[in-house]
Amino acid sequence: MFEQYLPIIVLIGIAVTLALVLMLISRLIGPHRPNAPKLRPYESGMDPVGDAKERYSVSFYMVAMEFIVFDLEIVFIYPWAVRYQELGFGTFWAVMVFLSILTLGLFYTLKKESKSFEMTKTK
Amino acid sequence: MEAPIVSSYIVMAGALAVLLNSAAVVVYVERRVAAFIQNRVGPNRVGPFGLFQPLADVIKLIFKEDVTPIYGNRTLHTLAPMFPVITALITVAVIPFGDGLFITNINVGVLFILAVTSLGVYGVTMAGWASNSKYSLLGGLRAAAQMLSYELPLGMAIASVVLFAASLSMVDIVNSQLYWWHVFVNPIGAIIFIIAAFAEANRTPFDLVEAEQELVGGFHTEYSSMKFGMFFLAEYMHVVIGSMLITTFFFGGYHLPFAGYYAHLLPEAGTWLKAMLDIAVFLGKTGFFVFLFIWVRWTIPRFKYTQLMSLGWSKLLPLSILNFAVIAFILMLIHG
Repeated sequence: MFEQYLPIIVLIGIAVTLALVLMLISRLIGPHRPNAPKLRPYESGMDPVGDAKERYSVSFYMVAMEFIVFDLEIVFIYPWAVRYQELGFGTFWAVMVFLSILTLGLFYTLKKESKSFEMTKTK
Repeated sequence: MEAPIVSSYIVMAGALAVLLNSAAVVVYVERRVAAFIQNRVGPNRVGPFGLFQPLADVIKLIFKEDVTPIYGNRTLHTLAPMFPVITALITVAVIPFGDGLFITNINVGVLFILAVTSLGVYGVTMAGWASNSKYSLLGGLRAAAQMLSYELPLGMAIASVVLFAASLSMVDIVNSQLYWWHVFVNPIGAIIFIIAAFAEANRTPFDLVEAEQELVGGFHTEYSSMKFGMFFLAEYMHVVIGSMLITTFFFGGYHLPFAGYYAHLLPEAGTWLKAMLDIAVFLGKTGFFVFLFIWVRWTIPRFKYTQLMSLGWSKLLPLSILNFAVIAFILMLIHG
């Protein structure tokens, strides 16, 4: 069982090493002449105004929350999708009820949140 | 168990070589095809037909200064470019390239793909956050929202594939397409998957993440040198990986169309000839989808952010759930 996962671990090791090497190459070879304007955040040549980490639209958080709900739905679907032929019609209708409840939930959030995709500042 | 493990490391070496070189090739092809579409010449100075242009680009990037903005978070700023590269490289672990030619065949291959592709979001979001620049932050947030939104239709489209294969192993999914590719029996799923794959790779028409006209470079505005090069490399590797996944899930992987009906005409399984044929077929299809990615980029304009979100949530997601339910019902009637 574990042997199947060994190549993945080796591959992750190779990938991490490669990323580290790429990261270090330019740090070691490239020049290093920092000065204040170069290190400031880029704002199209103007002096930076304030900090970037201010408040931003709540709709980004809403998207993340809705994602978790529907991602769980999909994860619940997978085991059934593998074995559905042996489980028969009873389970099929149960899964359909589950799906339709979540689809109703999706339409509810869409109706309620459709404005939030507009990313307006005031609501 | 001894033999398959040895061959799996050979396949791994081959796959890594193909993937890393393909990024350079795709950069070159993209610039040449873009030039062709826009009636320009494109890079043609370095080497014959400009073939060494990507190599020259990499050398230039290596010799550039590596700037870390002072107001940003140094650790996250350094870590961020590694995520997309690593996720792109480890996705190949479960993709079968030919009959028996895979790095590993785990029975949760599909879940592995979904898990690894979701990790890609972190790199982009961390890059945006750690730079402490407004352009970067907006680009990173948009990337997170976009990639999360399109992962749902992507997952549902894969679930409809799993219905046909009745397995989460990638090898079983490919072998379930021996007679009929999934694109013929599940065309809506295929279209949804292709659209979602474009969005996951942050390619036009979904490249709001780095919309030049409004966000300069998006999440990689504050990156220079090879750190920028890594984002660039990862973007093109994700294009190749996306094409490989489209091929594997919907276009028969290494199988020729309807191969099951004339299998006796093809070379026998296990021979070198068959392995070469499989790899050629797989890479041919992958190449076609890479070309499709490029073609779409230089043909279709970018969406607005609101259009992008409403396409993902109110059109693709309900459609993919409906597609899944209808296919499940039909398959239940046939097999149940």
